[in-house]
Amino acid sequence: MSKIKKGYYYTNTHEWVKVEDGFAYIGISDYAQENLGEIVFVELPDEEMVIEAGSELGAIESVKAASDILSPITGTIVMVNDELEDNPELLNEDPYENWIVKVDMEDNSELSELLSPDEYEDICDE
Amino acid sequence: MYYDNLIFEISKENHIGYSLPDYDIPTYHIPKSFKRKDELLLPEVSELEAVRHYTNVSFKNFGIEKGMYPLGSCTMKYNPKINQDISNDPRFSLHPYQPDHTVQGLLEIYTETARILGELSGLDAFTLNSYAGAQGELLGLMIIKKYHQDNDDLKRTKIIVPDSAHGTNPASASVAGFDVVEVKSNEDGTVNLEDLNSVLGDDIAGIMLTNPNTLGIFEKDILEIAERVHGAGGLLYYDGANLNPILGIARPGDMGFDIMHINLHKTFSTPHGGGGPGAGPVGVKASLKHLLPQPVVKKTDERYTIEHHNDTTIGQISQFYGNMGVIIKAYTYLLSIGKENFKKIGQNSVLNANYIKESLKDLYQLPFERTCKHEFVFSGIKDKSTDVHTLDIAKRLLDFDIHPPTIYFPLVVKEAIMIEPPETESKDTVDHFIDVMKTVAKEAITDPETVKTAPHTTVVRRLDEAEAARNPRVKYRDLI
Repeated sequence: MSKIKKGYYYTNTHEWVKVEDGFAYIGISDYAQENLGEIVFVELPDEEMVIEAGSELGAIESVKAASDILSPITGTIVMVNDELEDNPELLNEDPYENWIVKVDMEDNSELSELLSPDEYEDICDE
Repeated sequence: MYYDNLIFEISKENHIGYSLPDYDIPTYHIPKSFKRKDELLLPEVSELEAVRHYTNVSFKNFGIEKGMYPLGSCTMKYNPKINQDISNDPRFSLHPYQPDHTVQGLLEIYTETARILGELSGLDAFTLNSYAGAQGELLGLMIIKKYHQDNDDLKRTKIIVPDSAHGTNPASASVAGFDVVEVKSNEDGTVNLEDLNSVLGDDIAGIMLTNPNTLGIFEKDILEIAERVHGAGGLLYYDGANLNPILGIARPGDMGFDIMHINLHKTFSTPHGGGGPGAGPVGVKASLKHLLPQPVVKKTDERYTIEHHNDTTIGQISQFYGNMGVIIKAYTYLLSIGKENFKKIGQNSVLNANYIKESLKDLYQLPFERTCKHEFVFSGIKDKSTDVHTLDIAKRLLDFDIHPPTIYFPLVVKEAIMIEPPETESKDTVDHFIDVMKTVAKEAITDPETVKTAPHTTVVRRLDEAEAARNPRVKYRDLI
């Protein structure tokens, strides 16, 4: 049973968003890392890139598959967690602590369209 | 027996594997400045030592000639030795720069192979120039691009690919300069018509499909799909990876496809999976024939000629006219099977797949309860209580001398294990495979540790795939 953290917003493509100090942090869920298996490479975007909700933010390669990371929200990337470049396994070890990008959100109301932990749990159980 | 030497490690000074006759020509002294200064690093072994070395090394390999190889989406059929014998005939060892009139036989084989492939696929013209399936895909997409360009229809920049497609499809479309639009598949992997409708428009250049699809299920709406894509001005591309089960029964050309590639190394029994090289002939409807790549082999009054340049082609995608050795092997296969027997290839591969599916569905999770074609996908074992995954099952099969099936593909099925038993496997072998799969499924419950730590009998045990991808060591020396 994979962990779902309270206080986060989720997508049905298994990304999460956490809001802290007015910035949005984006990562992948425990369910995502568990299903991908051991992650061997994370393709990160550039800082200052403008991303749209639903667009491709980067990609993750595991021993099983390559998978796109889709942005849950619209905004500008202010910081990239480049530690993941050398240590992609951090996403396996703690997917909720190890965010992928920090984003200056354009429109906070987008968050209401994302899934709550309970709603996300239903998707994972399917 | 464990054998792990390099030939340099068994090399001993003055061991030799040849004997040369005495010189009968005058000695010529090479000036010192032209002589190499360092040692010529060649191993010194006797003939017997060399033979033993390579025989031992060959035991480490697994191939279709060692055991069953039910690798989904790859059609690992047996490659009859006669194919090799014929292509090895020294009379075929010709130089590609020889004048046309001295290679008439080869050009006839080229033309005849293209003609037979055309008849089997329902397409009007074939080029055999492309070296592999993926190159065939790229070529097909370049034809689609040029077709629209020639019509001054420049806004068609998108290629539709279903989410269950082979990974090469979006990759080829991207290399050809198209944007990829993904359409969702239905639960059984067939194209979702509603989703297809929502993306069709005047920016669509074409769609790439395979039928039967990646889950081994026949796309029953194919005529409807073809009509809609054509109606929107797009072309239909057929990925020939799954051609085997419909051989002699259904033809992509009749389904409405305009272009396709064929993997001679899958469907027409030329070696692959490390044994290559491949060949990926591309066929088109008559309306696209003028776009095929040069050089073009032409038949005129019982003579064959090579046209090197024309004004309508997409250009040249390979040196000369393809992997001729592979084409000779495929031609040998086409003739030795014979027109009247192609149907049996499709029928028997479909029978094998359904027989295995039905025999194992009590122990393995079958996501779609339907008749499949040449392959099908299980979603891991049914009883998941011991946390044994598809990867473990695949590794355990190695201990029974069976090559693991394709795993974790397609992505639309969780814990996917994709099984394709080609027609060249007898009922006895298929029964053996079923027994082994049952044994492993039961072991997964009674003795999960054995399965999770498999393989136990192979040259190397379970490899650390993550470490291999994160910190690859690609030189032998790095390992010691």
